[in-house]
Amino acid sequence: MIRVVDLHKSFGGNEVLRGVNLQLKRGETLVIIGQSGCGKSVLLKHVIGLLKPDRGKIYVDGVDITALDGDELHKITRRFGMLFQGTALFDSLTVGQNVSFGLERYTNYSEERIQALVKENLAKVGLRGIEHLMPFELSGGMRKRVGLARAIAYNPDIILYDEPSTGIDPIRADAINNLIIRMKNEMQASELIITHDMVSAYKVADRIGMLYGGKIIEMGTPEEIRNSKNPVVQQFIHGNAEGPIENW
Amino acid sequence: MFPKVKPPLFYINAFFEEVGEVGLLLFRTLKNLFKKPWEKGIFIQQLEEVGVRSLPVVSLTAAFGGLVFGLQTYIGFHRYIGPGSETYGGPIISLGLSKELIPILVGLMVAGRVGSSMAAEIGTMRITEQIDALFSLGADPIRYLVVPRTLACFIMLPFLTVYGDIIGMAAGFFYNVYLMGVNRVIYIRNTLMYIEMWDLFSGLIKASIFGVIIAIIGCWQGLKTEGGAEGVGRATTRTVVIASILILIVNFFLSQALPADI
Ligand SMILES: Nc1ncnc2c1ncn2[C@@H]1O[C@H](COP(=O)(O)OP(=O)(O)O)[C@@H](O)[C@H]1O
Ligand SMILES: [Mg+2]
Repeated sequence: MIRVVDLHKSFGGNEVLRGVNLQLKRGETLVIIGQSGCGKSVLLKHVIGLLKPDRGKIYVDGVDITALDGDELHKITRRFGMLFQGTALFDSLTVGQNVSFGLERYTNYSEERIQALVKENLAKVGLRGIEHLMPFELSGGMRKRVGLARAIAYNPDIILYDEPSTGIDPIRADAINNLIIRMKNEMQASELIITHDMVSAYKVADRIGMLYGGKIIEMGTPEEIRNSKNPVVQQFIHGNAEGPIENW
Repeated sequence: MFPKVKPPLFYINAFFEEVGEVGLLLFRTLKNLFKKPWEKGIFIQQLEEVGVRSLPVVSLTAAFGGLVFGLQTYIGFHRYIGPGSETYGGPIISLGLSKELIPILVGLMVAGRVGSSMAAEIGTMRITEQIDALFSLGADPIRYLVVPRTLACFIMLPFLTVYGDIIGMAAGFFYNVYLMGVNRVIYIRNTLMYIEMWDLFSGLIKASIFGVIIAIIGCWQGLKTEGGAEGVGRATTRTVVIASILILIVNFFLSQALPADI
């Protein structure tokens, strides 16, 4: 469904991605793990077309999106829902307006239908009667859930999550994990998740890939990753300060 | 460690790169001007922000601009031409205000008030990934953010300038007629005799162009913000400085280029 081929990207002299290859299959949840600052968000932003690679291609059902722009690109991004790392809720709009934002631009549904879908999608993430609130009035966990409701409101079939469990307490993080699993089951969506939270990764993933040094150094089922022989992978999943990974 | 001194060519390159960025943004804004969806809500909100909310500062600056202009013209005529000639201050004041002082004052005030807040708002959206979110939800950031702001400034600055012209001329009139006892009837007659619609109108053309400068510079700085809260502060300051300087420079060339009368 999504195929990333030999993706390269650098900022100034900082080579962030140095040939990433991966494939997301239909209906699959793929988790990419890696250290903070290793380029996970940069990878995700390429997949949705926010960044253009220096080299390499990204195919969505065979269409190379790195060659698209503007309205052409938006025909493809209609199929994506993205939950941003800091939720990126529009702070000048209400919760309801945030959730309806994609619906108004990607669909030509009537106003009543949009309002009904706003309610329905907020309910899906366990929120009711908060349409009129402003984002700054919400707690961190609620913001994440509103961000998710906004991303899935127009029924995309590929959902991208940028560190969905970072910055909230373990219990709320687990509630988010359950939501991620439910989204896949209910919407038959394919999911690409970026995280450095191994608990979450083991729980939701069909496959896990590790991004290190600008490349995917290992890819496999949670079981295979757990038993990986690669010392870098072992160091990361056990969270050791000692090991082959350079710290700072 | 000493900061590395870069060769002059670096700064020249950087300068032209920025000119290119601004030019490209202007081009993309014009290209998106009439494309759908048309963001009516934001446009109206911006009209209010740029227009209505700027009235207090424009009132004050125009009033004191008119007063001081009135004062110096009075002194000029009184001292150099002689008593009785002060009634000729009327057309001079009106001309100077409507063609130069008021458009510039309005431009500088709006650059300080509105340009800076555009940069801060869009800059904050940039560093909190809201611009990326706009895109992922099917909105074009240029169409959604830049077009309504640019249009609002383009339309509202002439209105503010007309308003400022009225206030400024009234202040000049007040100073001469009520404070210095210049003959009211002749002052008004002289003003009406010499001033032409074109004098007012050329000031409005300038104001529209200043409006575009303010919006484009504010949005440009906002969109390229990086580096957290400090970056937002930098974008804000740079917007005011760059827009103000550009307004003064462009004003001179417009004064040169626009015919004195038609
Ligand atoms: N727009 C950008 N301009 C310059 N550098 C960037 C940009 N985006 C990301 N980077 C750099 O790329 C590297 C990876 O960032 P990121 O993908 O956000 O890391 P993470 O894996 O924590 O999500 C960082 O060193 C960051 O400074
Ligand atoms: Mg990140």
